[in-house]
Amino acid sequence: MEKTLKRYFLIFTLPTVIAFAFAFLIPFVQGVYLSFCKFTTVSNATWTGLANYKAAFSGGQGFMNALGFTASFTVVSVVTINLLAFTIALLLTRKIKGTNIFRTVFFMPNLIGGIVLGYTWQQMINAVLYKYETTIVANAKFGFWGLVLLMNWQMVGYMMIIYIAGLQNVPTELIEAAKIDGATPWQTLIKVKIPMVMSSITICMFLTLSNSFKLFDQNKALTDGAPMKKTQMLALNIYETFYGRTGYEGVGQAKAVVFFIIVVAIALVQLTFTRSKEVEQ
Amino acid sequence: MVSAKSKASNKVIFVFLVVFAFAILYPLLFILNNSFKGKFYISKDPFSLPTGETFAGITNYVNGLVKTGLLNAIGWSFFITIVSVVFLVLFTSMTAYYVTRVKSAYSTGLYYMFVFSMVVPFQMVMFTMTSLADRFHLRNPLGMCILYLGFDAGLSVFMFAGFVKSIPLEIEEAAMIDGCTPLQTFFGVVFPILKPTAITVAILDAMHVWNDFLLPYLVIGISTKYKTIPVVVQMLVGSNGNKDMGALMAMLVLSIIPIIIFYLTCQKYIIEGVVAGAVKG
Repeated sequence: MEKTLKRYFLIFTLPTVIAFAFAFLIPFVQGVYLSFCKFTTVSNATWTGLANYKAAFSGGQGFMNALGFTASFTVVSVVTINLLAFTIALLLTRKIKGTNIFRTVFFMPNLIGGIVLGYTWQQMINAVLYKYETTIVANAKFGFWGLVLLMNWQMVGYMMIIYIAGLQNVPTELIEAAKIDGATPWQTLIKVKIPMVMSSITICMFLTLSNSFKLFDQNKALTDGAPMKKTQMLALNIYETFYGRTGYEGVGQAKAVVFFIIVVAIALVQLTFTRSKEVEQ
Repeated sequence: MVSAKSKASNKVIFVFLVVFAFAILYPLLFILNNSFKGKFYISKDPFSLPTGETFAGITNYVNGLVKTGLLNAIGWSFFITIVSVVFLVLFTSMTAYYVTRVKSAYSTGLYYMFVFSMVVPFQMVMFTMTSLADRFHLRNPLGMCILYLGFDAGLSVFMFAGFVKSIPLEIEEAAMIDGCTPLQTFFGVVFPILKPTAITVAILDAMHVWNDFLLPYLVIGISTKYKTIPVVVQMLVGSNGNKDMGALMAMLVLSIIPIIIFYLTCQKYIIEGVVAGAVKG
């Protein structure tokens, strides 16, 4: 059977492979090469070695600032989203009436795109700040917490659904047994429920981590980096380097490679985490 | 045996959940409310309901539609999303079937490249992909669908391949012995079994394509008639300093309505699909 199928490899794989080559393979290889070149278009590249990388990390490029902002935003939103989502998942697994409606409402923001969401929240936050005669772009703190708020609003429902699925898989006998042994609800939570949903926790931690770290649309719409690029995240910084002024395309590409390496490192940590969990179970 | 104490605490939880649900819905109600107010009243009094003087009827909607051509954008968003999803489901399921069933260097290499592409952030290929799309005349709606086929191929092949592995080989062998060609076997026997995964893949890809901003913004651009919804919303805000807030509110409302309708009609599949995607990805 395998042999007959093998003869059909053109029909089965060619459309995907061609599209994949255009959208990913060729641009990726070109991108790695161009990060070592000076260029304004793909065809006028001249080799400059590591110059772009040096420039990327030098001051005035805002890359390190963006990295700092991105890192602190990521930490704060990972913690807040997961705490809130887990708490609500616990509340929604108590057989309270209306649970389905709550789930539906809480999950909904996750479907709305980042640009539309970003401007919706910009209008909301500016409406509140209007009373204090200021706007979200006046102070980097507003931008930071606005982004955290937006991210929570968007992702809590999504993470909640994953936690609910995990909590529903905890065997009721275990919880009953803990009760009979005299465990308080708090002890049951810490000693029984949380260890049993560790795999959900890992999934949610890394989903929120990579979504926050790679954030672009929401950042662009909410503050666009203002004031003074202080609320600029990595993805937006790279975008601005490419398209903000000519002559810096190579630096933008070098930054993109660094960004890519960080994202891959996060993914590898996640992989080892998940693997080690699988061994334990 | 529900005790009085837990009944009381359930009431407290219920009230908390209602408040939280209101907080989730509030930003949407906020833009809906303000979309009916005259544009000069929005920043002064953003939280009150429109009354006689401030009520603007559908003026904002008319102004916004005239200014942005959002209806066109909704049309193009639908076109690009539907065609891309059809391409993705059809071609990546075939590719996934091939790479799982045929063991060769070609199929293994291909599979790992697809998995690898899932990790790579868009900024890495942003610039090079845009110039490649330019050279091969892909800067049009159909070209966008080809790019999405390539860009979302990683996740889609990965999801399909995971499911194909669990299908027993005997069914396909029986079909082959009965004289089916690989294509007949795939579409007659395998694809119907893949249906649940196909729904998941369709939903995940549809959400990505519909909400995506940067790819259409860079590839199709802002000066053509093929703009999608996020591009139009970004233009409305980003273009002029003198913003028409009323029109913005109205256009945000119109951009969100299709998603809400989609969500309410296929809610069960969407939640299941997104969770399945999160857990496997």
